[in-house]
Amino acid sequence: MKLKKNLALSDSGFVFDPSTGDSFSTNPIGLEIIRMLKEGKNANDIKSQIVKTYMTDDASFEKDFYDFVNMLTKHNLVEGEKEKN
Amino acid sequence: MKKKKINVAVTGLNAIDSPGPGVPVIRALRDSKLFDVRIIGLSYESLEPGIYMHDIVDKTYQIPLPTAGKATLLERLKYINSIEKIDIIIPNFDAELFNFIKLADTLKKELKIKTFLPTLEQFEERHKSNLPEFGKKHKIKVPYSKLIFNVKDIPSLRSEFTYPVVVKGKFYDASIAYSPEQVATYFNKISAKWGLPVIIQQFVHGQEVNVTAIGDGKGNTIGAVPMRKQYITDKGKAWSGISIDDKKLMSMTQKLIKSTKWRGGMELEIIKDSEGDYYLLEINPRFPAWVYLAVGCGQNHPEALVQMALGENVKPFKKYDIGKLFVRYSWDMIVELEEFEKISTLGEL
Repeated sequence: MKLKKNLALSDSGFVFDPSTGDSFSTNPIGLEIIRMLKEGKNANDIKSQIVKTYMTDDASFEKDFYDFVNMLTKHNLVEGEKEKN
Repeated sequence: MKKKKINVAVTGLNAIDSPGPGVPVIRALRDSKLFDVRIIGLSYESLEPGIYMHDIVDKTYQIPLPTAGKATLLERLKYINSIEKIDIIIPNFDAELFNFIKLADTLKKELKIKTFLPTLEQFEERHKSNLPEFGKKHKIKVPYSKLIFNVKDIPSLRSEFTYPVVVKGKFYDASIAYSPEQVATYFNKISAKWGLPVIIQQFVHGQEVNVTAIGDGKGNTIGAVPMRKQYITDKGKAWSGISIDDKKLMSMTQKLIKSTKWRGGMELEIIKDSEGDYYLLEINPRFPAWVYLAVGCGQNHPEALVQMALGENVKPFKKYDIGKLFVRYSWDMIVELEEFEKISTLGEL
């Protein structure tokens, strides 16, 4: 899964899609995940990073992560094919 | 650099809920780094707000309604020019453009007033009523549409359209109708205001995006800024919008300006459907009321138009700021009765 290349992110969690003019706001964890996706990290890389940093387990992370990714897809922030894991 | 002093006459001072482009065009010219402008407002009605904005418009004159014809307009412009020595006129209404285009040569030869307008052929070809042929000729997708002249034509629309449809006036106004009964209501309302025919257009679901652009008349796009409406009034006008980065839309604009050799300002109204296809809804043959967003994004289109009207070569703008918004607002001015009296009785203020 790839996020749109030109997505603009601010430190406050404001996400702007310049191709549509849509804007969104996300919480600090969401912002961290979007940044990692933009860097090209896959779901496993992101899981290890989040589980290492925060008090969560693999199963909880995966559930929330895929919910989040579905939301990004629904809001048309994703380009290309879904990530294969 | 010393700014060149020029007198520019501008119409469209109706900065109302469905605003004319006059005030934003003037603001753009006042922001110019090249020109020091004296603005002569040309108004049709005594309550056009621009008349009373004395920091925007230096002097206003009433002009006859387009229906009075070009001879009457010319006489009035001769009188105004005898006082104001106008260098350039920028008309901003679709309905008045026909007269101004017809008068362009006379204005230049007899009164030394310059314009930078589309040709009559360009103006006629992009009419809402001619849009399907226009789309075919320039290879641009256009929603299916049909002209109707009578309420009796409405029941048979079912065989050609699926509801909802858009009911449009030949100059302004558009309403979405979900049934033949609604089409009849809008037909009566729109035809009473703008005359016949009324255009029935297939409704396309999608996101509306608009482009303000300017062509040099030789096929070159001098500037173009695309915008997505963020907040829309009940009249369908953008009360807020944001500049976007849409390469396909920009390429469509450049292609259209190249193939039409568009001369002057224009606005493209486009729908992007869920498949990512673009449908051209309308071409407005003048700057839109949101043209000041282009200035905010680094492209002063009205200034470029003045340069071209003066015969100067203008290099195309290469970039614009993405993610800039305009947010419109309303403002109550307090106007002395004497001013209203003056414009109403003498036709000047």
